[in-house]
Parts: sequence; C-alpha cells; structure tokens
Amino acid sequence: MAEIINMPKLGFDMAEGTLVRWVKNVGETINKGEVLAEIETDKATVEVESSFSGVVLQQLVDAGTSVPVNTPIAVVGVEGEQLPVASDQLPVASNQSSADTTTAQPDNRTTAQPDNRSTVQPDNRPTVQPNNRPTESASALTKASPLAKKVARERGVDLGSVVGTGPGGRIVRRDIEAILKGSQLPVASSQPETLPTANLQPTTLADESIPTTKLRQAIGRRLVESKTTIPHFYVTHEYKMDALMDMRKQVNAVLPDGEKLSVNDFVLKGVALALRQFPNLNAMLKGAEVIQFGQVNVGVAVTVPGGLMTVVVKDTDRKTLRQISGEVKAMAARARSGKVKPEDVDGSTFSTSNLGMYDVEDFIAIINPPEAAILAIGSAREVPVVSGGQIVPGWRMKATISVDHRISDGAEAAQFLQALAGFLENPVRLLV
Amino acid sequence: MARITMREAISQALMEEMDRDPAVFILGEEVGVWGGTYAVTKGFYDKYGAARVKDTPIAENAIIGAAIGAAMVGQRPVAELMTINFAFSAMDYIVNQAPKLHYMFGGQFKVPLVMRAVGGGGRQLGATHSQTPDAIFAHFPGLIVVSPGTPADAKGLLKSAIRSDNPVLFIEHATMYQTRGEVPEGEYLVPLEKSTVQRPGKDLTIVTYCKGLELSLKAAEELAKTGIEAEIVDLRTLRPLDMQPVLESFKKTNRAIVVEEGWKSYGVGAEVVSRMYESAFDYADAPILRVAQKEVPLPYNRALEQAALPQVADIVAAAQEVMK
Repeated sequence: MAEIINMPKLGFDMAEGTLVRWVKNVGETINKGEVLAEIETDKATVEVESSFSGVVLQQLVDAGTSVPVNTPIAVVGVEGEQLPVASDQLPVASNQSSADTTTAQPDNRTTAQPDNRSTVQPDNRPTVQPNNRPTESASALTKASPLAKKVARERGVDLGSVVGTGPGGRIVRRDIEAILKGSQLPVASSQPETLPTANLQPTTLADESIPTTKLRQAIGRRLVESKTTIPHFYVTHEYKMDALMDMRKQVNAVLPDGEKLSVNDFVLKGVALALRQFPNLNAMLKGAEVIQFGQVNVGVAVTVPGGLMTVVVKDTDRKTLRQISGEVKAMAARARSGKVKPEDVDGSTFSTSNLGMYDVEDFIAIINPPEAAILAIGSAREVPVVSGGQIVPGWRMKATISVDHRISDGAEAAQFLQALAGFLENPVRLLV
Repeated sequence: MARITMREAISQALMEEMDRDPAVFILGEEVGVWGGTYAVTKGFYDKYGAARVKDTPIAENAIIGAAIGAAMVGQRPVAELMTINFAFSAMDYIVNQAPKLHYMFGGQFKVPLVMRAVGGGGRQLGATHSQTPDAIFAHFPGLIVVSPGTPADAKGLLKSAIRSDNPVLFIEHATMYQTRGEVPEGEYLVPLEKSTVQRPGKDLTIVTYCKGLELSLKAAEELAKTGIEAEIVDLRTLRPLDMQPVLESFKKTNRAIVVEEGWKSYGVGAEVVSRMYESAFDYADAPILRVAQKEVPLPYNRALEQAALPQVADIVAAAQEVMK
C-alpha cells in the first residue's frame, strides 16, 4: 500500500515550506525515520523524515518549490505498485510563495510541470536525474568513529546533535553515551576567535550589496507583523541573584565540564514555574478568545549564522535543571550547525532572549507571535547595592517582559515578574 | 612451577623431543662441539653423538636443503639458522621448497621440518645481522611461522613444532635467551596457531608477539599507573594467524595498538590491523595505531640502534594517543 508523505507543519504559523533538496530519489529505498528531503521554513532548514518504509515511488514537487503545509510531496510504497496520486491531483506549487518576493528565481526552479507527470507508471518516469542527485548528506560528513556511528544508529541518536570530544572533534562512543545519559557536551565554539588585523586602511570604500537570507527575511516579516499588530508594553524587574550565583557555584563544582549550568538554565526553570501561576502569559490570542496553553514550553532565542532561531524546551516546568541545560545545549548546537530538527523549534508557548553573555544591563524584546509575551534577560552583574544602610557589593540581574496588551495588563506582568523573583531569589525552589 | 630462562626452556624442549623420538635430530653451524652460538644445544653432542647433532658447513642452503631431504624420507630434523638474516641465503628452500613440496607432489611427501632461527636487534650486530624480517616468511602459505614471547610458550610451542608434519620456522629473539619465566613441570604442549591473552585489561588492546610482548608488558604497567588497563594479546604464531582472541579483546576495548619489532611497512601490524578493520570495523572507537621499527637499516651505534627499535615509551605514547 503506497503511502503519501505530506509537507509537515512545523510551527503554529507555518503556512508553507520550500522543498530545498531531495535526499532520496525515485527508486531508492527508504526506512521509516530516514531523511527523505530537506525543507526550508520561515524558521530554518529542516530534514523531513519518512514516516513509512519502502521505495520512493514518486516525488510530487520539484526541488526549489514551495508548497502549503499538508500538501503531498512524495509517495512511498512497494516497487511497481499502482500510485494513489493521479497527476491532476498534484499540488499546484507556486514558485515563490511569498508574493512580496520579487527577486527572480532561476527558471529551472519553477513549478511542478504537470505535462511531465501525466504518466503515472513509475517505469515511465526518468529514473536517474543526474542534476537532482543529492550530494553526500551532511550527516555523512560528520566525523565519528565507526563504533560511535554504530551505537548512535542502534540507539537512535542523531550524530548531528552530538559534539565530538575525540581528536579533531571526532565523535567517539563516550559522546554518544553522554547524550544517552542525558548529560550533555560542550558546545564547541564553531568560530575560533581571530585577532583583528592592524589594517587601518579600509581595503574598499565602495558600498556593498548583500542579499538577505531566507531566515533574515522571515525574521523581518514576522517581527514587522508583531511590532505593527501587537500592542506591546514593557515591565522591568531587578532580581537579587546572590543566592542563585552561590548555588550555581556549588552545583557546578560537582558537575563535569560540558555539563555545567548557566545562569540562564536557572532562569528558564524559574520562568516556567512562574508561568504555571500565570497561565494568561503562557497563551495566545485567537479571535475573541485567549488560548491558555496546557503545556509550558519555554523558547530560547539562539544566535545562528545569519539570524536567530528559537529552540524550545518542552514541559520546561517539569524538567530538572540538568535536563533543561542539556536540551538547550544540544538544540543550540544543532541550530548553529544547520541541523535543527522540527521538534526543536516547534511548540513554544513563551519565549526568552538572553544577552547576558554580552554584559548587557537591560534590553527589550519583540514578541514572538502568536505568543502573549517574551522575557528579555540581561547580565547578572556585581554592583553596589544598599543593604542595611550600607553600600555593599551584590549580584543583580534585570529582566524585561514584553506583553501583548490585548491579552494582559501591566499589573499581571509585574506580578509575574515578582513570582519569578520568588524562584530566582530563593533558588532552592528551583530544585524541588 | 620452575622459573627458567628462555634458553633453558628451548633446550629442554629439544632434549625431551630427542629422547622421545629417535627420528628427531639437530643440524646447523656450531651446534655440536661448540654447543650452539647461543649455547642452546650445549651438552647435546656429548649426549646424543655426531649422528644426531650434526655440525654443518657455513652454507645455509646446504643446511635447509639437507634437512628438507631428511624430512621427506621420514626424519624429523631441527635445523638451526645462526641468525634469521642468514635465511636469505637459503630463501629458495625455505619459502619455495619446504612449504610447497607436500602440495606439488600431491601429498606423497610430508616435510616435518623445524627451522630454528635467531632474530631481532638490540645487540649491536649491525644492519645485516639485526633484522626482524618475520613478515617476509609469514607471507608464504604452507610455512608455519612461530615466534614465542615467554619461556613457557617457547618450550610448549617448539615441542608442538617438532611434532608437526608441516615445515615450521621457529623464530627466537637474540636478546631474550636470559628472559626468565614460569614453566610448567613435566611434559606439556602449547598448540601452534593459537593466539592468547597474556595480560587481561579492559581499556585498550595491545596486539604483539615475541620481543614486543616483553616491551608491551612493561608499557602496560606504566599505563596502569595512569588508570589505563591494557589487555595484551600475544599472537605467538604469525601464520596461520589466529585473530579470534584479538577480535574478542578489541570488541571489548574498542581501541587498539599493534606492537612489532620489525619495520612498519608491509609488516605484521599492517596485516593484523587490516584484519581487525575487515572483521570489527564497527567496533573501532579510534584509529588503530602501529608501533614498529624506524624505517632505516638498523644502526650499529648503540644509542642510534635503540632509537630505531621500538621502546616501552613508544608503546605508552601510542596507547595514550588512541585513548584520547
């Protein structure tokens, strides 16, 4: 029985996806869970896995075309069997979905061509399309020992999510075992720091025109929509971080390198627990209704080449600090290496953005639609504070929440920030 | 168990087999009246007489040729090559006649011949007398190549070699005759063609034989101080090669080095590593490294000779490299 694979819906607001590259061509066998194609959404390039095992009988869209979510893109079945999708049922795929994109696309990336597909017999289709043949998949280039690959295969670990600790960054067995144990690996800084050269004369004074990436365009579109349609308001709170910094020091003293907790890991857990008390901020507006989400899935903005992505810790309120930390590290690594999985970026109910590592006192963020709010987290800084009439050093951190005024008001936002203080300033509450 | 030297163990094996079987006899340069260049057959001439302990001309092709003929007519000769470097003078007999006669004459003849040869460097004997060319001989089907690393194995393997109906090249190391080890009392045999674990461990497999075993055991003690427990597999017989203990160990440790005294190029390590990858590729967690002699004719100068030969420190370094 042939099965149809559809363009997956990878986010609340994903309307369509571009099929960037076929990984499996017609006639190739594919197992359930193997990568069939790569698609590009507004958020990221992700791999589409086949939900069935069999032979790829038909590709229903050409590489380079955009189709709406839930549109059939491929048929997988037994070799030679009758195809369930007749040519007149093929999706009419638009070349570039976004009407506002006027940049010309090469002609060969145009739509599916129904005339070429009028025959449904597999043997009438060209079996080899040299130009369409996939290049070696990215995962095949991941350096891993044969044993690491074997264990990863057996245990269902995606090598792309693993950071190798062997010579030259090779993934070895211990790295897979670390993933399986739920502990995590250091996210290697992908770009070694280079010293600026003392070249005082600019080599060129001419203007440069740099085309924006798909990701950059998507960020622009979404945030223009957010900032122009959502009435934002902002509330800032300063947190006393001394106890948390102490506790973090103690915890990290017993954790191995690569698994140490960041300040943000604590904040994420605190945010999730506070959201449980304020379901109205863990919500979205739908027409005349506010949908309060049952799950608390906190999104974390991650800097990636060419923009930023939000990775999502599912059920953040129910996970331990180590789980949260491990998941964020793994997802951020995948995001940075362009191998993010659909589930990594899907299902966020509340977003956070942390610029703490850049020594930022305070900033405000734009709401990630359709969510109700976003929290912008600054650096934990040692500053002079007044205590008992004396000026003493103390650890402080500012966070600013941006809230959709159609859903909530300043008082609720302020109370939420106070509730968060209850966790961050008594951090033992994050452990129990 | 008695603790005896490699020399005593080999001597005992020869004497026990000569006592057991009157067809066993010895021939070679200076093996009789002089008692052997390495004194292995000291006293044999007096005990067994000139008919069974034959001094020969300095002509290796004559020694091996005569021994092959004797073997074909029912004797069990043990021919001694003063050094394995002299085997090249008798190469046609060793690799082209002895291993093939049984095949070429459709099984009409057997060649129950043992060729004892002294190999290895480290005694400042110069480039032409210090080689470890074991791999050359192990290249030829039909020739069994044995090279023991302990006195107990030397005795048990030599007795098995003498009883084998196939030609056996039995390589002893020039610097190991004084090596002492526990040897079982009384009659015992060690089967040919069987590798064995000489030291159990869990972190790393060291595959080696002969002199490499002695060095690897010392290296394993060094490694143990840093928390690395090496398992040492001793090949003992280079052809036919028994990979089973090697593969079992490697599937457990997933990391391995191979230590040999000969040159690395086209050597024993190349063969072993290749078979490991063929049979256990999915178990490799790090590249398998080889420790071997530097690719130069072995220098006479003592310091240079030692620098060219594999040392304990080289084994430790290679082990640490694959443990990264």
